[in-house]
Amino acid sequence: MENNAIISLKDIVVEFDGESVLRRINLDIRNHEFVTLLGPSGCGKTTTLRIIGGFVNPKSGDVFFDGKRINELPPYKREVNTVFQKYALFPNLNVYENIAFGLRLKKVPDAEIKERVFEMLDLVNMRGYERRDVNLLSGGQQQRVAIARALINKPQVLLLDEPLGALDLKLRKEMQIELKKIQRETKITFIYVTHDQEEALTMSDTVVVMRAGQIQQIGTPIDIYNEPINAFVADFIGESNIIDGVMKKDYLVNFAGRDFDCVDFGFAENENVDVVIRPEDIKISEPEKGQITGTVESIIFKGVHYEIVVSAEGFNWKIHSTLYEEPGRKVGLSVIPDDIHIMHKMAEEEK
Amino acid sequence: MIKSRYPAFPYIVFMAIFIVVPLIMVAYFAFTTGSGEFTLQNIIRVADYVPVIIKSLFLAFVATAICLALGYPFAYIMGKKTSNIRKTMFMLIMLPMWMNFLLRTYSWMTILENNGLLNRFFGLFGIGPFEMINTQGAIVLGMVYDYLPFMIVPLYTVMMKMDQSLVHAAQDLGANPLQVFINVTLPQTVQGIKTGITMVFVPAVSTFVISRMLGGGSELMVGDLIEMQFGSNNYNPNLGSAISFVLMIIVLICMSMMSQFDSENIEKEGRITI
Repeated sequence: MENNAIISLKDIVVEFDGESVLRRINLDIRNHEFVTLLGPSGCGKTTTLRIIGGFVNPKSGDVFFDGKRINELPPYKREVNTVFQKYALFPNLNVYENIAFGLRLKKVPDAEIKERVFEMLDLVNMRGYERRDVNLLSGGQQQRVAIARALINKPQVLLLDEPLGALDLKLRKEMQIELKKIQRETKITFIYVTHDQEEALTMSDTVVVMRAGQIQQIGTPIDIYNEPINAFVADFIGESNIIDGVMKKDYLVNFAGRDFDCVDFGFAENENVDVVIRPEDIKISEPEKGQITGTVESIIFKGVHYEIVVSAEGFNWKIHSTLYEEPGRKVGLSVIPDDIHIMHKMAEEEK
Repeated sequence: MIKSRYPAFPYIVFMAIFIVVPLIMVAYFAFTTGSGEFTLQNIIRVADYVPVIIKSLFLAFVATAICLALGYPFAYIMGKKTSNIRKTMFMLIMLPMWMNFLLRTYSWMTILENNGLLNRFFGLFGIGPFEMINTQGAIVLGMVYDYLPFMIVPLYTVMMKMDQSLVHAAQDLGANPLQVFINVTLPQTVQGIKTGITMVFVPAVSTFVISRMLGGGSELMVGDLIEMQFGSNNYNPNLGSAISFVLMIIVLICMSMMSQFDSENIEKEGRITI
């Protein structure tokens, strides 16, 4: 265990009705970090969060908080607070009393409660709403109350379970920035669950990519994006072209009917590999100037760029380009060695 | 929301004929003599029966309290079970209700009688016989047995609708099991408690079958009193109506006191109770 890990999960296994949900999760979360658990639905990210919160007991494995094993500690004794997916505000209490809930339970004096509630209202930009009925607030406002209600207890760790999932795109972007700001100001460790890769890249210090109850990769957003460990991560984080290839030798890979120079090495000779190329890394040119040639199948306007599909060498290449290409036109495609990412094939059972 | 008033029309007519008109008739009989002149005599005579009314209210109150004490945990546990177990539990509660009410009450007579099943069972061990039938205890037992489902069903309905995430939120914020119950479970189920109390208390206070069969002639309740006024030998619909009228007023007061009580507790501005 690292010294500055506030939360450590060791070999966590969870099964629901005989079906394994988490398979040996090992994870250290450093203090003051913004950590995101990212993965498709059913990958076990929410279950991981609930293990930390104390709402799910692992079948085996240990949970450590600040170096102490807390497996048997009930949720109400844990120094973590949660922002729930559906906010879960108490409908019979107003905004003020919802936020004050945790302090009231601790029998904090009224004057201090008042001071801290208003501090929280300021933090989440909800000053003036303290007497409002929570049932009449908008989704974004309810979310702010939920965050304030959790943060007022000054937890060491804040767990956030897809807190922005129910908000519209614009509000979601605003809240992402605000959450990040709150995290920086309060220095509380945030553990954030989402299936939105962009959200994960925007906010996190560390991203944990999960799939089918296992951790695929842990790293900074830049590492995860630029150096995905396997085809799944590459595909899940941003869009990717994933092509079957054969590693001829170090720095030389064969796919799409020809050899390409690349920067990867250390693979077995003639190993079957996944070749991953980001759509924005493929350049379109005149047919004779490309490494391979193909035909434009379709083009969709996406705002900043066009998404172009080119069929070449039996594969549909997804390409992002700011230039328009007429469907049906013959084009050449090329990619520089730096942008060719080679990955070991995932074992069959993992797929 | 249906804005049009027309679909409600048949129901309004129905309610006028079968609810409002009879109520007016009860009031009319209560305030008139046999020959139709206005009088307060009937209402004044009800005063003679105050002890009976108080006893009825008391027995109904005890029965309601016991129903709540038994029904609430039952509904709570039921709400936590898997759907199959829940259905079985629900069936067990509903099954007796499919049998005739009189039959069910009558069967308690054979159990509680001086030479009934229970006393014979006790006799095997050389104890008893106990005086069980024709006591207030027997009446309360009968009420609880007959009306318990009316308590459980509304409670079960609110338990099913209860938002489990609120329980988690409260635990997460540091509430121990008792605090979760007081601050989350109770406020969320208060509507069911209110309905359950009404559904048990109102029929219990005016029952006459249970008190007749399990209380013998000795434990007269207000229901018996009313029923007697409409019997053949001392037919007096005016006094009967007057007792009904007074009982109705008392029940109304009880119910409004109850709704007052919970709206004070669960007010929006209210703080949590710990």
